[in-house]
Amino acid sequence: MLDTTTGMGATTRARPPMLDPALLPRAIGDAFRKLNPATLIRNPVIFVTEVVSILVTVLAGSAAGRGEPWGFQAGIAVWLWFTVLFATFAEAVAEGRGRARAESLRKARTDTQAKLLIRADDRSLWQPRGATELHVGDLVLVEAGDLIPSDGEVVQGIASVNEAAVTGESAPVIRESGGDRSAVTGGTLVVSDWIVVRITAAPGSTFLDRMISLVEGAARQKTPNEIALDILLAGMTIIFLIAVASVVGLASWNGQPPSVPVLAALLVTLIPTTIGGLLSAIGIAGMDRLVRFNVMATSGRAVEAAGDVDVLLLDKTGTITLGNRQAAAFVPVAGVAERDLAEAAVLSSLADETPEGRSILAFARERHGIAPPALPAHAAVVPFTAQTRTSGLDMDGAQYRKGAADSLIRATGQEAPAALREAVDRIARVGGTPLVVAKDNRILGAIELKDIVKPGIRERFAALRKMGIRTVMVTGDNRLTAAAIATEAGVDDFIAEATPQDKLQYIRDAQGEGRLVAMAGDGTNDAPALAQADVGVAMQTGTQAAREAGNMVDLDSDPTKLIEVVEIGKQLLITRGALTTFSIANDVAKYFAILPAIFVLQYPELQALNVMRLASPESAILSAVIFNALIIVALVPLALRGVRYTPVGAAALLRRNLLIYGLGGIVAPFAGIKIIDLVLQILGIA
Amino acid sequence: MTLLGWAQIALVLALTVAAAVPLGRYIAAVAGGHVTWLRPVEALFYRAGGIDPERGQDWKSYALAMLAVNAAGFVLLFAILRLQGVLPLNPQGVSGMSSWLAFNTAVSFVTNTNWQAYSGEVAASYLSQMAGLAVQNFLSAATGIALALAVSRAFARGGVRELGNFWADLTRVTLYVLLPLAVVLGFAFVALGMPQTFADYATATTLEGAEQTVPLGPVAFQVAIKHLGTNGGGFFGVNSLHPFEGPDAIATALQIWAQAVIPFALCLTFGRIVGDIRQGRALLAVMVGFVVVATAAIYAAEAAGNPLMTAMGVDPAMGNMEGKDLRFGLPLVALFTATTTGASCGAVNAMLDSFTPLGGMVPLFLIQLGEVLPGGVGSGLYGMLVFALLAVFVAGLMVGRTPEYLGKKVQAREIKLAMLAVLILPTAILGFTAVSLVLPAAVSSIQDAGPHGLSEMLYAYTSAAGNNGSAFGGLTADTPWLNTTLGIAMLLGRFAFVVPVLAIAGSLAAKAKASEGAGTFPTHGPLFAGLLAGVILILGGLQFLPSLTLGPIAEHFTMLAGKSF
Repeated sequence: MLDTTTGMGATTRARPPMLDPALLPRAIGDAFRKLNPATLIRNPVIFVTEVVSILVTVLAGSAAGRGEPWGFQAGIAVWLWFTVLFATFAEAVAEGRGRARAESLRKARTDTQAKLLIRADDRSLWQPRGATELHVGDLVLVEAGDLIPSDGEVVQGIASVNEAAVTGESAPVIRESGGDRSAVTGGTLVVSDWIVVRITAAPGSTFLDRMISLVEGAARQKTPNEIALDILLAGMTIIFLIAVASVVGLASWNGQPPSVPVLAALLVTLIPTTIGGLLSAIGIAGMDRLVRFNVMATSGRAVEAAGDVDVLLLDKTGTITLGNRQAAAFVPVAGVAERDLAEAAVLSSLADETPEGRSILAFARERHGIAPPALPAHAAVVPFTAQTRTSGLDMDGAQYRKGAADSLIRATGQEAPAALREAVDRIARVGGTPLVVAKDNRILGAIELKDIVKPGIRERFAALRKMGIRTVMVTGDNRLTAAAIATEAGVDDFIAEATPQDKLQYIRDAQGEGRLVAMAGDGTNDAPALAQADVGVAMQTGTQAAREAGNMVDLDSDPTKLIEVVEIGKQLLITRGALTTFSIANDVAKYFAILPAIFVLQYPELQALNVMRLASPESAILSAVIFNALIIVALVPLALRGVRYTPVGAAALLRRNLLIYGLGGIVAPFAGIKIIDLVLQILGIA
Repeated sequence: MTLLGWAQIALVLALTVAAAVPLGRYIAAVAGGHVTWLRPVEALFYRAGGIDPERGQDWKSYALAMLAVNAAGFVLLFAILRLQGVLPLNPQGVSGMSSWLAFNTAVSFVTNTNWQAYSGEVAASYLSQMAGLAVQNFLSAATGIALALAVSRAFARGGVRELGNFWADLTRVTLYVLLPLAVVLGFAFVALGMPQTFADYATATTLEGAEQTVPLGPVAFQVAIKHLGTNGGGFFGVNSLHPFEGPDAIATALQIWAQAVIPFALCLTFGRIVGDIRQGRALLAVMVGFVVVATAAIYAAEAAGNPLMTAMGVDPAMGNMEGKDLRFGLPLVALFTATTTGASCGAVNAMLDSFTPLGGMVPLFLIQLGEVLPGGVGSGLYGMLVFALLAVFVAGLMVGRTPEYLGKKVQAREIKLAMLAVLILPTAILGFTAVSLVLPAAVSSIQDAGPHGLSEMLYAYTSAAGNNGSAFGGLTADTPWLNTTLGIAMLLGRFAFVVPVLAIAGSLAAKAKASEGAGTFPTHGPLFAGLLAGVILILGGLQFLPSLTLGPIAEHFTMLAGKSF
């Protein structure tokens, strides 16, 4: 079971500014560096734009050289270059946002001297060895004040470790040999005691190394959806290349073909430069959102898969319920007022520091307005022991006791009322824990302790259900208990008395039905299920085996975050889809701007198609090209931030996004191009 | 436009859609091998061919079998056309076709295009018509339907390799669907006055007292399959405008019904095969929607008439009647033209060349949109499914999941193949047209100057690549350049398109079929139908806008400005 009880939302981090001014100079520099055609070819749409830009630049230059008018051609060339630059800039900005994080991680990686043990059984004999020279299987000693040199597993000892370098959380955590807390991460600091660590990562491939390359986007590979989208965009580019090239032949009939710069303008405005320019920025930003959320994905593929998940396997404790059982009801026996029972319960729990005891006080205050008195000096505390299984207080000659039902009843030496037996059985049956309260050996009634479902989680699950995601609760409880909690929390299904094998089988069955499954886990016995799941989020506090089996690691070790991980995955896909739709829809307006402008010389009557009433053919063409370039910059914030995501059903989501990005994509450029044309007129450029 | 005109259009269209419902169910039963009333005959073919109809084929074997049948059909037809002069059943004594023309014609009928660079009554013997062309009318139509069935099956289940058995599909579709319908329709056409005879000519004395020789032939039954199979190749040169091929309004209405009913029905067949009839209805709705809009556009453009003629004192009340016959009337001409070009049939009951510019642009654009509205028998459905996959892919990401169509994930491989298929039309249409407009050997075929001349050339390649076969007119098509390049365009439009589509089907069939949930992209409602229509227009149509602007649109606006070419 997981030992964290971090509430939802506790890990949400402050959002950094969209464009940090400090990052701008570097991003602008990078935007120019990325113009290198050898690397730009990875992005076919922008590569074509660059080739066309070079062509038009050369033509404008040669026109100037011949003393012919060249202003219009140069104008087109400049804005074509801007189109390319804005695209590379978008990518550079997205990368820059991750770089700051990488820098801080890199500091933790500074080469430390490890204490390499010469003999496995002797801690006193070690030799210094550079961290980068350690091999898998080496044993190193790490003592208080040392940095752990590399990823490994504790084989001996126990220590508290500050993992802030990796997780950002400065409260130290316990690392010990054996069990589920044996994994240590290179670059983290041992603050007390000592441990012997067996190195498990080769130099350069430690967790820290992977994180750095991840946040920098250096190891970024295109995700499956991105590849498919790239093919679509490349295909559209080819189609429009053919269409524009054919204009040469078509216009030669009964006229003269348009000039090359004009055709270049037509081509670049028609090919999907908007999404082509923003595609990689969207991917990087999606990954970055996850990183800011303190989740490390091993690949972008995992982030995408998160969006596709249909089934969430959630551990009960810590995710669905608060970690501990809490008082939920007082059940008095006949002839006893509930308030009297509550008061006795409070007194018997005055000295009880366990969460259960605290919860009884809190519940009595909430239900009956009983303020717990300060523990009187003359009171004698009767502590809980494994033998008596009861605890309480002797005060003012009265004995207040509470404890497990059987033990307490036996201790009173009396026959328990039948009603009490029934109450106790009922509480146990629905998964609660019954405690019995007695005063002076007289049984007053029972307290029902039960798992408390986290506030708001039910609504959360309802939202997930609307998104088409089934939630499945995994618990070691028996079926009855599990069913009760499942009903209360509103999960769709549960696995009771779950063994690791059960989890694995459940995942396999769901996958057999064509569903994608996500789960969180931390123990070594979770590893097979984590590996089998399509999205496996391992806890940073978990074992090395779990961390390697999953395809994401949650540095905060909060299993609740699985839900947000899914949402981030969806948001990434939605952003990509929305901007693709927008980009493609834009073409309609661009046609209305450019086509009449191109052909109006041949057929002056085509002026009728100039529905936007653009000032001149030149200004129409230039306006369309300028709009096409500026829209990339305008959409950079959206690409980085992601399209707003609300958990509703697919149909509602589609309707809304089609309206905004589909219809909006058709309408917006009409306005945009017209405004740019007016500005050009005012400036007297066209 | 008149209310009565609209009522005619609505009635014919409603009867077609109504008939598509049971027909769709019936074809699904045929596809599943549940129709058996000709089982002995069917078994005879399997025995003769050594076929086990139960043995499934993966996409490659299916494609190979399909290509083999069509290659053999091409060789046979080419031989008949070349040798028709010395073969029997040639009472009119026509001579063999030139090899250019025979190539073009054979390709044309094998690809279900039925582009005709010849006039049937003077260049094709009865043997060629019956044993050559009519056979291909059945075979190419059955091929198209079989392919559509194979592609549909890819969506039905998960994790399978087989798409069905091509031989069984071909046999069953011919035997149980095309032949019975064609026989019934043939008799109906005979009853309506079409000839079905081996006699050569009828001689008549005209009102002026002149002697007229009227060609006859086995017309009725060939016309039946010409429409049912969306082939469109006329027995006579002027196609259904000829009094023997389109005797009256009832006959023309029946032809409209016949050329649209199977493409419509196949949508519903698809819905049944995939186990969700709503999916088929959505596709059908898009098809019918486009047909209605296109019909309205043609009707409006033609009813408005030609302002240049009006200026000369012609009463515009009749609309533009040049090249149209009074016995059909404008509404049925409009609906016929929209369905024949939307459905990749290519038969005509009016001369498109004489339409107003915008009226003529509608059929042109319908073909350019990919022949999916409703498209040819079978080819319309699988073409539509390519657009459906693209629509799902483009917009599907917007619901936050990897796009799925009917539970099948649409990924890089499918998109690559779909784009390959989508590339065919612009390449063949725009590429060949652009080249032909600057090539002197091709330019000499164009009859008219100005934008109308461009339309004539554009239409020819559009019709060929779209496997439609209708002619705009005004183009001398029987030249080596046009015969060859139009033939290539037809081959590309048919086989270069369908092979990637079959590959998509193979890839999809092997994928797991995800179950539908609240997070699934809905592909059955009006929202999806609207999206699909938008994707067809934007991904299928935008690339043709420059060509349309220089052709019919320029012609329209110059006409309004009082210019003609």
